[in-house]
Amino acid sequence: MRGIIGYGSYIPFYRLDRGAITAALGTGGGRGTRSVAGYDEDPVSMSVEACRSLVASVSESAITPDAVYFSSATPPYLDKTNATVIHAALDLPSHVFAGDIVGSPRSVNAALRSALASSRPTLIAAADVRSGRPGSGDEASLGDAAVAWLIGSDDDGPVIAEWVGGASSTAEFLDRWRLPEWNYSRVWEERFGEHAYLPLVTEAAEAAFEQSGIAPDDVDMVIIAGLHARAVRGAARAAGVADRPMADDLTGVVGNTGSAHAGLVLSSVLDQADPGQTIMVIHLADGCDVGFYRTTDAIANYRSARPVATQLEQGVGTVDYNTFLTWRGFLDREPPRRPDPVGPAAPPSFRNEDWKYAFVGSRDRSSGAVHLPPMRVSVKGGAVDDMERVAMADVPATVVTFTIDHLAYSLSPPTIAVVIDFDGGGRFSCQLTDADPAQVKIGNRVQMSFRRLLTADGVHNYFWKAKPLA
Amino acid sequence: MASRGIKDQVAIVGMGCTPFGEHWDKSVDDMLVEASQEAYASAGITQDDVDAYWFGTLGSGVSGLTLSRALKIDHKPVTRVENMCATGSEAFRNACYAVASGAYDMVCAIGVEKLKDNGMSGLVGTPLPSDGTKPELTAPAMFSLLAPAYAEKYGVDETEMKDVLTRIAWKNHYNGARNPRAQFQKEVSKEKISNAPLIAGPLGIFDCSGVSDGSAAAILVRAEDAHKYTDNPIYVKALAFSAGPAAGPIDPDYDYTTFDEVVACAADAYAQAGVEHPRSEIAMAEVHDCFTPTELVLMEDLGFAERGLGWKEVMAGTYDLDGELPINPDGGLKSFGHPIGASGLRMLFECWLQLRHEAPADRQIKSVTEDGKTLGMTHNLGGAPGECVSFVSIVGSELG
Repeated sequence: MRGIIGYGSYIPFYRLDRGAITAALGTGGGRGTRSVAGYDEDPVSMSVEACRSLVASVSESAITPDAVYFSSATPPYLDKTNATVIHAALDLPSHVFAGDIVGSPRSVNAALRSALASSRPTLIAAADVRSGRPGSGDEASLGDAAVAWLIGSDDDGPVIAEWVGGASSTAEFLDRWRLPEWNYSRVWEERFGEHAYLPLVTEAAEAAFEQSGIAPDDVDMVIIAGLHARAVRGAARAAGVADRPMADDLTGVVGNTGSAHAGLVLSSVLDQADPGQTIMVIHLADGCDVGFYRTTDAIANYRSARPVATQLEQGVGTVDYNTFLTWRGFLDREPPRRPDPVGPAAPPSFRNEDWKYAFVGSRDRSSGAVHLPPMRVSVKGGAVDDMERVAMADVPATVVTFTIDHLAYSLSPPTIAVVIDFDGGGRFSCQLTDADPAQVKIGNRVQMSFRRLLTADGVHNYFWKAKPLA
Repeated sequence: MASRGIKDQVAIVGMGCTPFGEHWDKSVDDMLVEASQEAYASAGITQDDVDAYWFGTLGSGVSGLTLSRALKIDHKPVTRVENMCATGSEAFRNACYAVASGAYDMVCAIGVEKLKDNGMSGLVGTPLPSDGTKPELTAPAMFSLLAPAYAEKYGVDETEMKDVLTRIAWKNHYNGARNPRAQFQKEVSKEKISNAPLIAGPLGIFDCSGVSDGSAAAILVRAEDAHKYTDNPIYVKALAFSAGPAAGPIDPDYDYTTFDEVVACAADAYAQAGVEHPRSEIAMAEVHDCFTPTELVLMEDLGFAERGLGWKEVMAGTYDLDGELPINPDGGLKSFGHPIGASGLRMLFECWLQLRHEAPADRQIKSVTEDGKTLGMTHNLGGAPGECVSFVSIVGSELG
């Protein structure tokens, strides 16, 4: 049996009220909210968070993946592999392959097909940070999120959703496109896309039913994803499942998260699924990919570390429209009279990979003192070179003291700096993110979160911040 | 192994200090010339009499050439010194040792900083290539970490804490208003101080030291030679320096209400000078009030207040110009300004004036003129809470 061994998802902290767009521009916007990646997040950092959620959810017997694929239509780097950041942040051994399958929202299905066709356990992370020009439909209707799947066989860990089969259809037509230097997409007239998509949905669905031996009436839940909203609305009928239960597509609150969206809705469905359920996923992207999963008995024992519903309810902050535009680069605001930030240098980042990416410190064997960053000489007792690795990314901590820095360079001033003590030992100073400055107090509980601190000279500086403990 | 000190072996016989401030019309060279010329004149010497130089600057030049080029020093040793915000003190300390060793008869310690040419707000560092994981805190943010930790530990509420910090800034502005060389020569009302826009944590703009340009210099000789140059030399009683393991940011035992480095070097300095009761024996102290919480914590670290009671002493006026122990009678870093390489020597300049009864009448402290106290102290630190270098000197107007 091959299928999903684990899954995780990450919806960023912030929501933009679509009404705020209408209020500011007199057009655009709409009802509900969309998710907004923080100014210190991108598809790679959010993917790390989704993968961490996955790792915290899967049974401990699940083995290390043989490969890591990162998929996104909005990858932070070109030429340089993005998946290696995820690989490093998860502290995976160097023999694990890491590669990108990026460019369009359909790329994630390439990653899934590859993982399902393989005989080895494969970790897939998919994420988009989506926007559109101010006032556009994309700006309001799209959203930001990340998902992760661990695909494998029963030998690799208990399969909770078996891959039953699927089929695809493909056509070349101009629905949505974007040049690498654009920070928005263009779309052709909506009715044309609907005309092109719906026959492709029918074709793929019919082939999938035939290939898998599943009948439409066997389907317990239908998930439909795709950035073409009008075609997505017609897809259930085109696929012959208009009368089957339809999963909440989350677009009212989160928006359409592109590369991550099918996986995000699937995560939400799996969070609540019972054993023996048949789930149909229909994904419209330059064609149509249809697949069937059937939940196994093992899903009864699967505990999602961060269920989608919990992420929608807990710790949600509102971002105002001006701030949203600033974060997305549509509003070029006056910077503080301070030097431009400096990016990380390659050799020290390479030397300190365990620390920088995986937040691995050192523990003095003689005194037990934890050192963040890792050091060779102990702060307690002065023992030299008697340290062991200590992974701290998942250890909660408590605020010892803090400040609100109005002077520091940030896309979202003021920054909050905290000194934190980790449960069981270790101290670190860092920024506190996803938090209200007015709520910060000594004694606050926090957890670490992987972030993109800044970008300078085209170099993204990935590292860890604290955020309020959920 | 011990810190033995060089009590009464070295004397200051001349000093110079430029006004501190935004010197748009003056270069580093200009300020070096002015500070050194004033120091030479004050000692009644010429540049040719000086055998060697210790030159401190954080970033306004590199190497001894920055000084020798400006002053046209004729093939004498010039040592360039850097130790963060304690740079000026470090130049002084090493110059003293050169005299005490017998290597030179007369040396000059001089410091300079030109901060206002870069067009930036606040202090600006030159970051080294790194892995990008070091916390990016501004200087006020780093020192503001002291405030909530202190308030929490000693049960001071937020409003009281703000009042304490405000009073420190108010006092230093009051003192600076009586100092014609200070960057800010105006008294500022407590209301204005406490209502100023916030920079970091509870710190408003008036809780931060002045970013300024300036230079200061001292001429040093062996104590037995001092009276050749002045009737009122100032003798070096103690020089202490501490660089710690920078444990604060990584060690949960550090609580952000003290500077371990200051405690260590103060103890060393008191031992060198034979001071047993600093609060009563010392006439005045210039301390490193880079930000108001720093001065508060220093009062306890230097032994001028019991632990946890420094804030009450501040509110009681203990450290006012007419208080029991005047702190920063020249206005401190707050009002005099903080041209980094010059600040440690500027602190000594105030001891030089006060202990010789040469401060302006409205600033001259009574502990010297009326109570007959003869010891002054300077404290200078560089870095941040939990990871700093600290310097303490004790100087006096009498031998023994």
